[in-house]
Amino acid sequence: MAERITRDDVAHVAGLARLELTDEELERFTVQLAAVLDHAADVEALDTAGVAPTAHPLPLVNVLRDDVVRPGLDRDVVLAAAPSVEDDRFRVPPVLGEPS
Amino acid sequence: MTEWETVVGLEVHCELATATKLFCACRNAFGDEPNTNICPVCLGLPGSLPVLNRGAVELAMRLGLALGCTVEPSLFHRKNYFYPDMPKDYQVSQYDQPINVDGVLELADGTRVGIERAHLEEDTGKSTHVGGGGRIHEADHSLVDYNRAGVPLVEVVSRPDLRSAEAARAYVNELRAVLVATGASDARMEEGSMRVDANISVRPVDFSTLGTRCEVKNLNSTRSLGRAIDYEARRQIALLEAGEQVTQQTRHWDEADGRTHPLRSKEEAYDYRYFPEPDLVPLVPGDAWRTSVAESLPPLPAPRRRRLAEATGSATAAVAVVVERGLDDLVLAALAAGGDAQRLVVHAEHDLAGGVGALTTDAFAALTRMEADGALTATQAKAVLAELVANGGDPAAVAAALGYEAMAGDALAVAVDDAIAANPDAWARYLAGDTKVSGFFVGQVMRATKGQADGRVVTALLGQRADAGG
Ligand SMILES: [Zn+2]
Repeated sequence: MAERITRDDVAHVAGLARLELTDEELERFTVQLAAVLDHAADVEALDTAGVAPTAHPLPLVNVLRDDVVRPGLDRDVVLAAAPSVEDDRFRVPPVLGEPS
Repeated sequence: MTEWETVVGLEVHCELATATKLFCACRNAFGDEPNTNICPVCLGLPGSLPVLNRGAVELAMRLGLALGCTVEPSLFHRKNYFYPDMPKDYQVSQYDQPINVDGVLELADGTRVGIERAHLEEDTGKSTHVGGGGRIHEADHSLVDYNRAGVPLVEVVSRPDLRSAEAARAYVNELRAVLVATGASDARMEEGSMRVDANISVRPVDFSTLGTRCEVKNLNSTRSLGRAIDYEARRQIALLEAGEQVTQQTRHWDEADGRTHPLRSKEEAYDYRYFPEPDLVPLVPGDAWRTSVAESLPPLPAPRRRRLAEATGSATAAVAVVVERGLDDLVLAALAAGGDAQRLVVHAEHDLAGGVGALTTDAFAALTRMEADGALTATQAKAVLAELVANGGDPAAVAAALGYEAMAGDALAVAVDDAIAANPDAWARYLAGDTKVSGFFVGQVMRATKGQADGRVVTALLGQRADAGG
């Protein structure tokens, strides 16, 4: 059986999440993620030909709220919890790559 | 030499005019003090849960139905990317099952542009880059305001049906008119409540397959949009004519140097790993809701233009201006009150840009009637109309007060005959079919009558004299 997930895959996914992993962690997570994918493969093996796809485990649709303003959080309290603040804004390191 | 065709599709992000954000009860407002409209949900704090805003769904449906889309059962997905403008590190959007699909936007000139989808998603926070002259790649650090994070957006994605910068601008103007008419958005590009990205490619005119496209961002006005399309088409054509290839990429429009520049993004930035948002259940608007939204829609620009064109027989461009000014109801009412169709449209197009002021429907109708009957020249009617707008009143009384006495028909005929007699060479050219000469005769008669003559009547008289055998 082909490998479910390679070390390179794990390194790629970690990179996307800006996680720096040690070699030892890469090895360990490759094994652990492969186990998760094995489980998904078990589920995939079931015959679901006659089963309609579900988008959500809850038998609910249209959970909505009215468009009415309610107070949120106090700025000073929130900013006090931030690592760095400038000009009433969250101060973050320079970023490369453009957002969508 | 190859003849090239520009192909454009637009993605327009429209902020919905709701009171609150898409998934939390924070205020949706432009220009508030930074970070004053924030809560655990839009800050992505652990344990918080999103709840969908009914008002945002309703506005999205209004827009979708106005664009002739089908409203479908839809789902929300997480679009994952690591960037400080979304504190959750994902944006909730609609992916493979959007709320509105398959519509059409009809432009003022009758062009029909396909709408692929118009889906709901949340806006991101606003970053300010500090240092490096505000340029993102040279910034020392960035400052983030989350007031905008979670504000509801509809992203309207057109099909690649546009063929020029001008058509793209017309599309944006039309979409803006629909957004405003439906109340879905205030659609202010300058405040960022309407943001346009353009997918641009070129191909030889006889090709049916699309060329490789570039997506251009940072288009902050319809003017930038037009300039960017023209620039980008020229750039791509130059590459292809030099035997090179167009690379599919995202490019940034620089208003100052008038060029597009490739964004220095890593390949992985586009690996969004969409997956269904487990905290939100499906959205399935029932027939009753859809029907009530459809029935509450106001008359939209395209059908209003058709109605006015049919009623007045006026040209497309004039009709478009009148509808854009919102004067079509006035024109139609004045027409019903006995006004002259063509003159009503001409005045609405040219003389009422500043609003109708004290002008009443009946006065407008009566004014154009007087004009049609030859009691007022076009120039005089303009002056009377300006007075009616400023102070109201009855057009006949205003005309009398301004000292406009219609020229008697025979006095005008004499002036025309005099002009013909005094200019036999010009008259011979007119008879030989040189229609440009008619302008000369109108000018002569105008001078002789000190501008009291109606140019159209003079033209008609010239025609009569010619038919009578010169
Ligand atoms: Zn919030």
